[in-house]
Order: sequence, then C-alpha cells, then structure tokens
Amino acid sequence: MVSRWLIYIKIWICVLIFKKNWRVLLYGIGLIPALYLLWQGQTGRLGADPVNVFERALGLWAFRFLLVCFALSPLQVVSGMALKRYQRLTGLLAFIYAILHLGAYLFLDLQMNFSIFARDVTHRPFIILGMLAVLILLPMALTSNRLSMRLLKKKWKKIHSLIYVAVPLVLAHFYLSFKVFNKTIFFYLFITSVVVFLRFILTGFPRKQSF
Amino acid sequence: AAPLKTHTGAFPSSLDPTPKEFATGYNNFYEFGMEKDDPVLHSGDFHPLPWTLEISGLVNKPQQIDVEELLKSKEIEERIYRMRCVEGWSMVIPWDGIPLRSLLMLAEPLSSARYVAFESVVRPSEMAGQKDGISGISWPYVEGLRLDEAMHPLSLLAVGMYGDSLPNQNGAPIRLVVPWKYGFKGIKSIQRIRLVKDMPSTTWNKLAPDEYGFYANVNPKVDHPRWSQATERVIGSKSLFGEKRQPTLMFNGYGEQVADLYKDMDLRVNF
Repeated sequence: MVSRWLIYIKIWICVLIFKKNWRVLLYGIGLIPALYLLWQGQTGRLGADPVNVFERALGLWAFRFLLVCFALSPLQVVSGMALKRYQRLTGLLAFIYAILHLGAYLFLDLQMNFSIFARDVTHRPFIILGMLAVLILLPMALTSNRLSMRLLKKKWKKIHSLIYVAVPLVLAHFYLSFKVFNKTIFFYLFITSVVVFLRFILTGFPRKQSF
Repeated sequence: AAPLKTHTGAFPSSLDPTPKEFATGYNNFYEFGMEKDDPVLHSGDFHPLPWTLEISGLVNKPQQIDVEELLKSKEIEERIYRMRCVEGWSMVIPWDGIPLRSLLMLAEPLSSARYVAFESVVRPSEMAGQKDGISGISWPYVEGLRLDEAMHPLSLLAVGMYGDSLPNQNGAPIRLVVPWKYGFKGIKSIQRIRLVKDMPSTTWNKLAPDEYGFYANVNPKVDHPRWSQATERVIGSKSLFGEKRQPTLMFNGYGEQVADLYKDMDLRVNF
C-alpha cells in the first residue's frame, strides 16, 4: 500500500517538474541532426569522405543555432512573441554543436595528430578564427544559468554581448571553409546581414540591449 | 561509358584502386556545380562525342585529333595512379590512356616551345556551372605544364578509367592526369593543347595565387594556407569511424621518377 502511494507521489513530482521544464525536450529535438549524421556516418550514408561531411555539417549546425539565437531578440520585437526565452536553448545548442565540430576535427579528421593541430592553431587564420569562436562561446555557455545571472548582474550582460564577436568570427571561419565564393556563403551572409540590420534598427546595439 | 581495349602499361602498380562508385561519384568539376555530387548528378546532358582535340602553337605539325578514333587505339594502356586532391583527400585510380608525350611528339614541338597550355570546353548549355558567375571562375578552365613535365612518361591523357571510357563527371572524353601533382592540374574535357613560350596562366592560380601555385606538386612539407598537406584522408571507407588518414608522400610517391625535374628549384617558392 505504502509503496503504491510512493509511486503516485513520484509520478506527481515528475509531472510538476515536466510542467516547469518541458522545454528540456527541445534540446533533444535540437540534437536530432547530430544523431542523424552519426547514424548516416555509421551506416555508410555520408558518401566518399564521411569525416569531411560530418565535420562540416556539425559546424554548419553550430552556425545555424548561433544565428537563430542572435535573431531571437529582434524577432521578438517584430513578432510580439516571447522568443527570447529560447536564447539559452539555441545558444547552448550552438555551443554543443561547436564542441562536436571541434571534436570531429581533432579526433576524426586530424586523428589526434597534435603536431598538425599545433601548427593549425598558430598559423592558420581559418582555424584560429574558429577556435576563438569556441573560446568565446565557452563563458557564455558556462554562465547560461539563472544562478550566474544573479551573481554576475551587470557583468552577465557584458559576457553575453560577446555574441556580437562570435557571429562575425564564425561567419569568417565559415567563409574560409570554401575554396571559392558560392551560393551557400551568399545565403548565410545575407541572413546574418538581415539579423544585424534588424537588431540595429529595432533593439539598438549592445549598450542599450536588454538580454 | 563504354568498355575499352586496354593493356597494362608502363609503371605497373600493385596499389588497390578506390571503389569505382567513389571515383565516379565524388568529383570536383565546377563546370557542373560546386558540390562533390553535382558532376555525377548534372552532367547527363553533356555530349562528349564527337570530339576534336587540337594541338597547336609552337609546333611543326599542328594536329586535329579525332578522339572517337583515339578511343579505338591499340595504344591505350592502363596506369594505376595515386590521386591526391589539394583539399586533403586521396584515391587510387586505374586510368586508361595514352602518354601525353606520344601526342605531343606527333605535333613536333619547336625548340622555342617551353610550356604546354591546356584549355577545357565551354558549353554553358550543357554545363550548368558555367552559367552562374558567383564563383568568380572565368571559363574555359585552363591549366599548364612545363614542356619537360608534359613530356615525362608519367603524364597521361586519359580517355578511360576502370576499363571503360571516361564518364562525363570525370572529364569525358579526354583529360589530363599528372600523378605527382594535385588533382586540379588534371584538366578535364580538353579541347585545345597549345605549345607556348611563356608560362601560361592557370585557373586556380588566377583565383588564389597564394593557395594554388603553377607547379602544384604534391608536397607534404608545403602547407595550404588553410590546412596541412602532411597527411591525407583516404577515400573509400565504409563508415565515419573507419576513414583512414595516411602520410602524404613527396611528389605523391613519384619522387623517384620526377624529383630530377625540380632539382635546382626551391619548392617552397615554386609551390
């Protein structure tokens, strides 16, 4: 009898937690592309050079989530919907994909050849830009919780204004990943410009920005 | 692609060829688009035959070569070569072709000829990639070799691969293969070969001279500005975690045959 009540209480607690945190599910959805790529890679569906496709796709997803994160605040103004509540979600997903992208580069592409890695991070603007972007996303990801928000107060805003540095860094890194200018670069350049423009006219630049 | 009469030629090799589906499905041929699968998907409208290959310039006997006839030639030999792309991946491809030198000899180069300039086909109606100007590439695709490189017995004009005539996506009906150089030197669907006095300009060198030199010899010690050339991903794995990476060999492993061509040159400067 007692154990049955315990189960009811447990279910009730779960429902309560879920009602408050159902958005956790969205992380799962956000990770579907990574799982899908992994499945494709494992089953030989990524073509002739799977490592390259995997690595680039993860990087592109990181860039996409970062852009969505960056776009949420102007989009909230435009649409009137409460979109900024998804900034943590999309920002963290961008960070997770960036880490996976970096992992794919280090472990699958370079196969832990650290002498090549050392030369890459010291000599190649292409790699340096990407690494800097990850380094910038790191403090943002680490302080993306309410506790940090409360503790850091004004500093928190400053840290999270770093997205204005991260976006151009990632854009430049992305641009350099191609041999010639192409439609894909044009597309993301266009989207980024639109978001920057909207931010500028709708919400003002970082100083006035309320995150 | 139709079966060819071919026989084992000079430089027999015991290398294991890359599975054909990869060599014919993963291509850089920007005339058909910039993605690796664009050439196989979008080259169906291209008509490689009939085809005339012209050899002209500083020669005694300019040639108009009927490639349809060439395809029936008994001289076609198989050459299994390593192929190293400047992007950092490699394959092994069994080409079928004729040494470039045998065709150049027919034309009898003059002593004033020092370089060989190659020109690819321009057919925007059959090659969608030539219609869009976003890449900044100007067509035709052009490439070049020094005359002694062109006359080297390893330099091949391929008309087939894996025992069949070339598929469109691999440069039908006739393309260049220079195994000790990065793949982009292997100009596809060649229409004109000219013998010239001065170093010809080449497509990738014009686009980004700091990244793609005229010589483009495979060299693990000279990096691309954006990635190392010390190692290469080996095409042909069955899965993501099974993809191999191997050290890149100097002159792509053909140093014994070609190193002499460059003995007085600084390969860091002339990359």
